[in-house]
Amino acid sequence: MIWNETAECMDREEMRKLQSERLRNVVDRVYYNCEPYRKRMQEAGVMPGDIQTIDDIVKLPFTSKKDLRDYYPFGLLSSPMSEIVRVHASSGTTGKPIVVGYTRNDLNIWKEVGARCLTAFGLGKNDVVQVSYGYGLFTGGLGAHGAVETIGGTVIPMSAGNTEKQLLMMHDLGAKALACTPSYALYLAESMEKSEFPRDEFQLKVGIFGAEPWTEQMRQEIEHKMGIKACDIYGLTEIMGPGVGHECQFQCGTHLCEDHFFPEIIDPETGIPVAPGEKGELVFTTLTKEGIPMIRFRTRDLTHLIYDKCECGRTSVRMAKIMGRCDDMLIIRGVNVFPSQIEAVICETEEFEPHFFITVDRVNNTDVFEIQVEVKEQYYTDDISGMLNLQKKLAHKIQSVVGIQPTIRLVEPRSLERSQGKAKRVLDKRVFK
Amino acid sequence: MATKQLSVFLENKTGRLNDVTKILGQAGVNMTAFSVADNSDFGILRVIVPEPEKVRTLLKDRGFAVSLTDVIAVNIPNKSGSLDKVLDLLAEAKIYIEYMYAFSEGETASVVIKPDNMVQASEILQKHKIHLL
Repeated sequence: MIWNETAECMDREEMRKLQSERLRNVVDRVYYNCEPYRKRMQEAGVMPGDIQTIDDIVKLPFTSKKDLRDYYPFGLLSSPMSEIVRVHASSGTTGKPIVVGYTRNDLNIWKEVGARCLTAFGLGKNDVVQVSYGYGLFTGGLGAHGAVETIGGTVIPMSAGNTEKQLLMMHDLGAKALACTPSYALYLAESMEKSEFPRDEFQLKVGIFGAEPWTEQMRQEIEHKMGIKACDIYGLTEIMGPGVGHECQFQCGTHLCEDHFFPEIIDPETGIPVAPGEKGELVFTTLTKEGIPMIRFRTRDLTHLIYDKCECGRTSVRMAKIMGRCDDMLIIRGVNVFPSQIEAVICETEEFEPHFFITVDRVNNTDVFEIQVEVKEQYYTDDISGMLNLQKKLAHKIQSVVGIQPTIRLVEPRSLERSQGKAKRVLDKRVFK
Repeated sequence: MATKQLSVFLENKTGRLNDVTKILGQAGVNMTAFSVADNSDFGILRVIVPEPEKVRTLLKDRGFAVSLTDVIAVNIPNKSGSLDKVLDLLAEAKIYIEYMYAFSEGETASVVIKPDNMVQASEILQKHKIHLL
């Protein structure tokens, strides 16, 4: 099902025209309303008049998360405060959070793109959707909430936490879809197995999962454990929140709502756009946002774009699964390691639970790379050498994928933290001076 | 005749053994035999208790990974040469011992043996009138 055929199935040439027109508008907006943007464009020697078509976008300077921190909280607003009707903030773990402001029009666009996502997942006005993303400053809760209301569905505004009540509501109110982070979904799946309610008494069929990168293996794990179809919804606070992109029923990449969010892929080292279809860092420009428009915002997410028309009928560009983040990437003994690679190996190894924790440290000038994992219940045995073999087998498998061998540490069942929001899976204790 | 031994997976950290003994103590479970096998990362606690199934559920409910393993527990006189006799019987039958632990008190000693062939091992010991628990 398609929510907005005009936008989602638009002829590519028409789309370019629309994007060009919208780019001109947003560049005008930031240049005349936001001093930091104006200064930066002047420094780069580019004026609004230099931007005629969407191809001219490469002339514009980049923005980054750091800019949002430097101009905290409202320095990058391109609308007067009187027009701002809501703020959200990112879950920053270090220093100040990032604050973004939305105009009424921004919120309407957010609901529109959110509705496209849910419709693509097969949801409609007759469906009950449990929103278990955190409500509040995090965009997940209210973002998904607005999307459900827009398609006319029934929203259960659960927020995260209180697992027993999550299951009770899901069961009693007949939720057809669950919206939360994939790591919380795994946790709920485990709780569902242990709950008093038999699985066939739940109506749950669809998962609306996002807000953190997850792998194909994790999808299968969730689908298997929960008996649902797990769909990827993509978004980021700086650009809008959940709804920037979504999968369709063919699950062959994330369709981007590119009439509102224009994607580019660049080489993260040089900043130069890569050839179409090549892998690199994803960069977004918000074409219609008014509150805090982002011009060439560097996401740090690594992926590639697919421009072919999709079987579902949508012409919008698709993004391949995010393979990691430039700043997520660990460099251990000189080798680039992405937590997503580790996750993939662990999830596809039968004996282990899909939970892990990576610790990197430096001892005597050598990097120490340790991964804690839980063994599935039936594989904890009396046989020490068998268990040591499990460790060895996993270490070899990971080495064959990432290139270096980790120390595997088996931990007791359920001792690794089950996250209720974005999973924290890496601790880098090294100090670089 | 097999005895059910509880095998509990434990991370190597201070106080973890106490957690188990506390649970058993509070439930009034008396342990017949107790041993810890370990390597640098984790240990496996092996215990013989009167009602293994019950204790297994008790520990599982508290989040421990517990499995039941068939072992042979024998009672032998607490005097020199008696263990040797038992081990000779097994060695003659080419039965391999994966691990064993023992303790003695007063007149008797208890030995817990994990042989590679349970059935054969119990037959041989019973045939030679070794007292199995």
